[in-house]
Amino acid sequence: MEASKVIHAIYTDDDILMSAVKKVKAEKHHIEEIYTPFPVHGLDKAMGLEPTRIAITAFLYGLVGLTVAILMMNFIMIEDWPQNIGGKPSFSYLENMPAFVPIMFELTVFFAAHLMVITFYLRSRMWPFKKGENPDLRTTDDHFLMEIAVHGNENELESLLKETGAVEVNLVDKAH
Amino acid sequence: MYTFSNKLKTFSIILMVLGAVGVGISFMTSHKSFEEVEHILAEEAHHGGGHGAEASHDEASHGAHAAVESHGEAHGDSAHAEVDEHTKHIEHVQHQIANRPWSALYVAAFFFMMIALGVLAFYAIQIASQAGWSPVLFRVMEGITAYLLPGALIVLAIAVASGTIGHYNLFVWMDPDVVAHDKLIQGKSGWLNLTGFTIRGLIFIAGWVLYRHFSRKFSIAQDTAEDKSNFKKSFRISAAFLVFFIYTESMMSWDWIMSVDPHWFSTLFGWYVFASMFVSGITVIALITLYLKSKGQLEFVNENHLHDVAKFMFAFSIFWTYLWFSQFMLIWYSNIPEEVTYFVTRFQDYKLPFLGMVVMNFVFPILMLMNADYKRIPWFVVMAGLVILFGHYIDIFNMIMPATVGDRWFIGIPEISSVLLFAGLFIFVVFTALTKAPLLVKGYPFRKESEDFHY
Repeated sequence: MEASKVIHAIYTDDDILMSAVKKVKAEKHHIEEIYTPFPVHGLDKAMGLEPTRIAITAFLYGLVGLTVAILMMNFIMIEDWPQNIGGKPSFSYLENMPAFVPIMFELTVFFAAHLMVITFYLRSRMWPFKKGENPDLRTTDDHFLMEIAVHGNENELESLLKETGAVEVNLVDKAH
Repeated sequence: MYTFSNKLKTFSIILMVLGAVGVGISFMTSHKSFEEVEHILAEEAHHGGGHGAEASHDEASHGAHAAVESHGEAHGDSAHAEVDEHTKHIEHVQHQIANRPWSALYVAAFFFMMIALGVLAFYAIQIASQAGWSPVLFRVMEGITAYLLPGALIVLAIAVASGTIGHYNLFVWMDPDVVAHDKLIQGKSGWLNLTGFTIRGLIFIAGWVLYRHFSRKFSIAQDTAEDKSNFKKSFRISAAFLVFFIYTESMMSWDWIMSVDPHWFSTLFGWYVFASMFVSGITVIALITLYLKSKGQLEFVNENHLHDVAKFMFAFSIFWTYLWFSQFMLIWYSNIPEEVTYFVTRFQDYKLPFLGMVVMNFVFPILMLMNADYKRIPWFVVMAGLVILFGHYIDIFNMIMPATVGDRWFIGIPEISSVLLFAGLFIFVVFTALTKAPLLVKGYPFRKESEDFHY
């Protein structure tokens, strides 16, 4: 595979970064990635990223958890061995339902929360011993880095980025 | 400045007139003679009466029943037992039928009063917490709380009237005849007596209305003030009011609601009533805001504010359900006879309203208002809001009715016309108050932040 070239523009202020993003987008350049030390409000909108769908997955996982809780307790408490425990009506699920609600609630939350977190890890490719992808260590501290793919337009891009207030503009070979 | 449109004014007056006529009719038709009731019951029994009236009456534990029971003991004579039983039953039903218009009026009066009170608490919280999003809605809230003074006085007046000019139609502990034969109520008469009830009620109302008066005064004074002294004053009284409120709200719920079942008590009842009033209040803020915005009066309110209000509606619907379920489940689980009768009567005679309100107050809002996009769509919030409001009317209905009319409940002319009457009064008072001041707080320190609020 050929090694493609990217430009790394480094900023030191999130407001300057935001206006730079808007300018670069206006010039119709594709921003590959932006590395920031903290969440910058509105950056996703400025970059034109699609909204996350993780809340929808959480809702569905919650429904799974609720179903698991109901099926589990219906089987254990009503179908498999309907004992009389302290006079609780174990004739049908509905009759004894108030006693099951705390578990139904907790399992709904448990499934929604944990499966959503795992989904997040999978989608953002995070796991222990994963090699860091950070192109510049300073971006975890106080610098912001914008990565733009180059298609033979280095000079034009470089001057544009300098104009937007970048403190450093580096042309980098990116091995795939 | 907002002007109360003639259309809306006429509408509110029509509601009041219709309601008053209906309430009048229901009071006139609720006085049945002994023979009439006997006839009604015989007819019901003949038709195989879907009620199973006799059976459930024997189990019903409401106060009126207790009264009948103690009468029975007084008579004692077993020779007359069967005749007495019949007479007692008829008298019991006669009393329930007479109670219905009183209860319907009381439920509706309390419902609209609690909206104003819930909004007042919300308003105080917004000021005390120095919220940055809500100041653009302050004038709407102040308008709604204008109903508190007339509304609360009406509730108290109906309660006192039922025990003085009425025949103890709401609170059996007001009936000296009942108290004389009831050891339990006698034990509570240190708290449950008409003088104490009236004085406490007046103290509660005075405290709430004073806060409302001064916070409104400071809010209007802040519009033209040079400094922030009015804001500081209203901050201080809001904090003080919230302390006063949480005590008096709890006591008010014992007095005005829980004491319709003087044999029963629950410790989290005050919170439960609070949750109901808070969520209805917030819903009404949303509805009136949307109405005024649709008339072009609140151009500084945007969908971000609506989103926040809808989040409160959503979250407090869940909070209400949490308290409702906690109260129900703890009593259901331990099943102690002296407290479980409360839910037994509700389950036997009020199954549809009792379970229906859980759907309206929980299932519906949680599904409708969970999505962030839906919370920004006005008609969606209006739809969810109307269901929530109706659900909380049923909630109050479920608190009062089983104790007063038992299984003789229905949502008919007395209930609907009472709601119309107070809805008309509410609209009239609130929108008149809205015309009294500009709809945007001018000098409030967080006004700018609120106008630029963006979520």
